[in-house]
Amino acid sequence: MMTTALKYYLDEDLYALALPLTGGAEAICKLFSVVGQNLGDVKGRSGDQVLQKLLGVPSAALESPLHNHTGLENFILMKYIDEFRDAAVAKQLAAAIACEVDPARQYRLMEFCGGHTHAIFRYGVADLLPPNVVFVHGPGCPVCVLPMARLDHTIQLALEHEVMLCSYGDLLRVPASHGQTLLSAKAQGADVRMIYSTQDALGLARAHPTRQVVLFAIGFETTTPPTAVALTTAAAHALENFSIFCNHLLTPPALRAILTASFDVNSPLGIDGILGPSHVSTIIGSVPYQFVPDEFGIPLVIAGFEPLDVLHSTLMLVRQINQGGCRLENQYQRAVSSEGNRKAQALMQDVFVVRDQFEWRGLGRLPHSALALHPRYAAFDAETRFAVTLPTSTETKGCECAQVLRGQLKPTDCTLFGRACQPDHPLGACMVSAEGACAAYWHYGRFRTPPETN
Amino acid sequence: MPPTFIHPALDLNGRVELRHGSGGRAMAQLIEQLFWRTLDNELLRQGNDQALFQPPPGRLVISTDAHVITPLLFPGGDIGHLSVHGTINDVAMSGARPLYLAAAFILEEGLPLSDLAHIVASMAQAANAAGVPVITGDTKVVERGKADGCFITTTGIGVVPEGVMISGERATAGDAILVSGTLGDHGIAVMAAREQLGLEMELISDSAALHELVAAMVAAVPQMHCLRDPTRGGMAATLNELAQQSQVGMQIKESAIPVREPVRGVCELLGLDPLHVANEGKLIAICPADHAQRLLATMRAHPLGQDAAIIGEVVEDRHCFVQLHTQLGGWRVVDWLGGEQLPRIC
Ligand code: SF4
Repeated sequence: MMTTALKYYLDEDLYALALPLTGGAEAICKLFSVVGQNLGDVKGRSGDQVLQKLLGVPSAALESPLHNHTGLENFILMKYIDEFRDAAVAKQLAAAIACEVDPARQYRLMEFCGGHTHAIFRYGVADLLPPNVVFVHGPGCPVCVLPMARLDHTIQLALEHEVMLCSYGDLLRVPASHGQTLLSAKAQGADVRMIYSTQDALGLARAHPTRQVVLFAIGFETTTPPTAVALTTAAAHALENFSIFCNHLLTPPALRAILTASFDVNSPLGIDGILGPSHVSTIIGSVPYQFVPDEFGIPLVIAGFEPLDVLHSTLMLVRQINQGGCRLENQYQRAVSSEGNRKAQALMQDVFVVRDQFEWRGLGRLPHSALALHPRYAAFDAETRFAVTLPTSTETKGCECAQVLRGQLKPTDCTLFGRACQPDHPLGACMVSAEGACAAYWHYGRFRTPPETN
Repeated sequence: MPPTFIHPALDLNGRVELRHGSGGRAMAQLIEQLFWRTLDNELLRQGNDQALFQPPPGRLVISTDAHVITPLLFPGGDIGHLSVHGTINDVAMSGARPLYLAAAFILEEGLPLSDLAHIVASMAQAANAAGVPVITGDTKVVERGKADGCFITTTGIGVVPEGVMISGERATAGDAILVSGTLGDHGIAVMAAREQLGLEMELISDSAALHELVAAMVAAVPQMHCLRDPTRGGMAATLNELAQQSQVGMQIKESAIPVREPVRGVCELLGLDPLHVANEGKLIAICPADHAQRLLATMRAHPLGQDAAIIGEVVEDRHCFVQLHTQLGGWRVVDWLGGEQLPRIC
C-alpha cells in the first residue's frame, strides 16, 4: 500500500516544493526515504494529513490522545528507518550473499552515489560481506566533482561583486584555488549564507531588495527541481535582485564516461556491477540507465540509501553476475518508477538546457553532462549578470582524485592520503564532503589501514 | 547598599546603550538594579570589585568558559542558564564541589533591557538552584555590530574531596565507558531554533548543572578515572580527547548509545551525526569495569542520570582510535569533526 500511495505522490504535484514544508511532512518524506521535494501537495498540510493519505491510517488513530501529533510521526519515522537498519535482517542478507558468491572470483561493484558510499562506511556494511565482494566508490558526490574553476568563480562573485551568496552547507569548506574556500571568503568579508533549501535563498532576496542575491545551485537531478521552482518563482514575482549560478549535473552521462574510460584502458579494475542512484532515479526514473546493460554488458541495480538497501542490491547484483545476467533491476521500488517523476522532468525541460559540455573534477570535460538556464531565463543567470575574469585554476599535484572517482585507485593508494591531505586541510575534493571516497575512508574506515606511527 | 532613590528605576522597555558601560550613573543603575538585585548574595552585596572569602580545605580547581550562542533564548533555556551550567560542569568534571562563580558580560548596544533582565534572571535561577552563587562580575558595552547581543564569560572555583583523582589521562584498557543520558538534545534544539527549521517536533536543550550527580558518583565510586562533559563537538570529540590523553583506544556500541527519537529524526533529516552534536547537561564517565554496574545504578538513581548507559570499553590501541560497532553489525571510526558540522546536500 505504501508503494502505491507513494507512487501517486511521485507522479502528482511537484510544485509544492516551492513552499516551505511543515516539519511533519518533511519527516514523512524522509520516512519514505524520498527526497522531500518529491512528495507533492504537502503545502499547508500537517504531517498527520500526509501520513493519513500515504499510509491510509484512519484519522481516529491519529487523533488518539496517546499519540500527540509529533509523537506519532516520530514513532513511525523511526520505526521505518530502523527497519532498514535492522541487524538481524542484515545478517540474513549477508549470509545469503556469502553463500551465493563464487569464492573463485571477485565481485567489483561500483556504487555511483556518494549517498551509498556514506551508508557503506557509516554502517560498516563492508564488514558484513565476504572479502571478494568489493565496493568501488563512484563519482556521485556533486560537491566532489565540481571543478575548482566554478568555485573560484563563485568566490569571486562573493568577494568582488559583493553579492549575497547562498550556498548549501557542504560546499562551504570545499577548497578552491590557493586553498580559498567560501568560509575563508566569508572571513574576508564576503556575505556567504548557508541555506537549507532554495526557498531560503528566495526569502533572503525578498528580505534584502537592495542586495544582489545569488543562489549557488548544485547537485544532480535530485536537487534540480527545487532550483527550477525557485527560478520560476523568481520570474513570476519579478524578483530582480535574485539570480542563479547553475552547476546542475546529469547522472547518466557521467556513468557513461566512467564506463567508457574503464573500457578504454581495458583495465583489470573493471567493474562487474553497479549500484545505481537512488534519489536521482526518483526524478529521472530507471529507463535512462538501460544503456548500461545494453551497451556495456554490466548489470545495474537501482539501490536505496539505507544499509539494508545496499545489502539487498548487492545480493541482487551477485545473483545476476553468477547467472551471467546483465539486466537493469530496481531494488528501490518503494520510490523509483521506470519513468520517474514526469512533472519534475517537464519543469526541468522548461527552465534548463543541456550544456554542450561541462568539466567534471576528476573526469574532465564530459559532453551533454550538465544544465544551464534556458535563454528564456537569461535575466536570472548569474553567469551573464556578473562579468567574472578568472585566473586559471590549478588542481593539486599528486592528488589522485581523478583515478579515485573512476574507481581505479583506492583513496589509500594516494600518497597524500592522511598525510598532507586530511579533512581539516583537504587537497582534493574527494576529501571534502563526507560523501567523498577519501573523506569517507578517513572518517570511518581509517582503522583498517592505520597510519604508521613515527 | 546605597539608597536606591539616587537612581531612578531602570526602564525595562529600553535598550542597552553605550552609557550603560561608561562608568557613569547609567552603569551604576544597571548594575544595581539589574545585576545585584537579581543575582543577590552576601558576597556580591559587599559591592567591591572583588569578592573575598575563606576557601575550605582541599585542592582548589578553577575553570573559565566564554559563552556565545545564537539565538540567546532557545527551547529549554537561554545563555544565562548556559553560562552557569557550563562552568559549574567544567569545575565538577574534576570531581570537585563547585563553590562560587564570577561573571563578565559583554553587551551589544541595542540589546533590549528586558532580554538582559530575562537572561540575568535565568542566571540567578540556575545559580540558586545549583547553590553556587555569582559573587563578582563585570560589564562592558560595545557598539552595535561589534558583538552578538550578549556574551557571558563565567569562571568557577571548586574544591576536590580527598582521595579523588579524576583526570583525562587515566583511562586504562579494560575500563568501562558510561554516558549519563541522551545525546544531542542541546545542539539540535539550538539549531532548530536558530535556523527556524519549522519542525513540529519537541526539541529541548538539556542544559543542566551536573555537580550533584557528580557528587553522588564520586561518593559511590571514588575510583572513577575520567569524567568529561561532551559539549562542543559532541561525544565524538570528548572520547577522542580522552583516548589521546590516555593513549588508549575505545570501542563503543551504537545500539547502547541513548538518543531521543526527535533528535535522531532531525539528524536523519539534515544528515547530521548525533555523536557530533553538542550537549550541555550530560557527562561521560570512565571507571574500572568492576565498578561499572555500581556507577550505573548510582547515575540512574539521579534525575539527571536516569537514562544513563554503559556504552563501551577502553581498549589498547597505539593509534588511539575510537571505534563504533554499528547498529548493523559493522565497524567504523568515530572521528573528530573537521569544523562545524554542515548539513549535506542529498
Ligand atoms: S587523498 Fe586527497 S589528494 Fe589523494 S586522491 Fe584523495 S582527495 Fe586527492
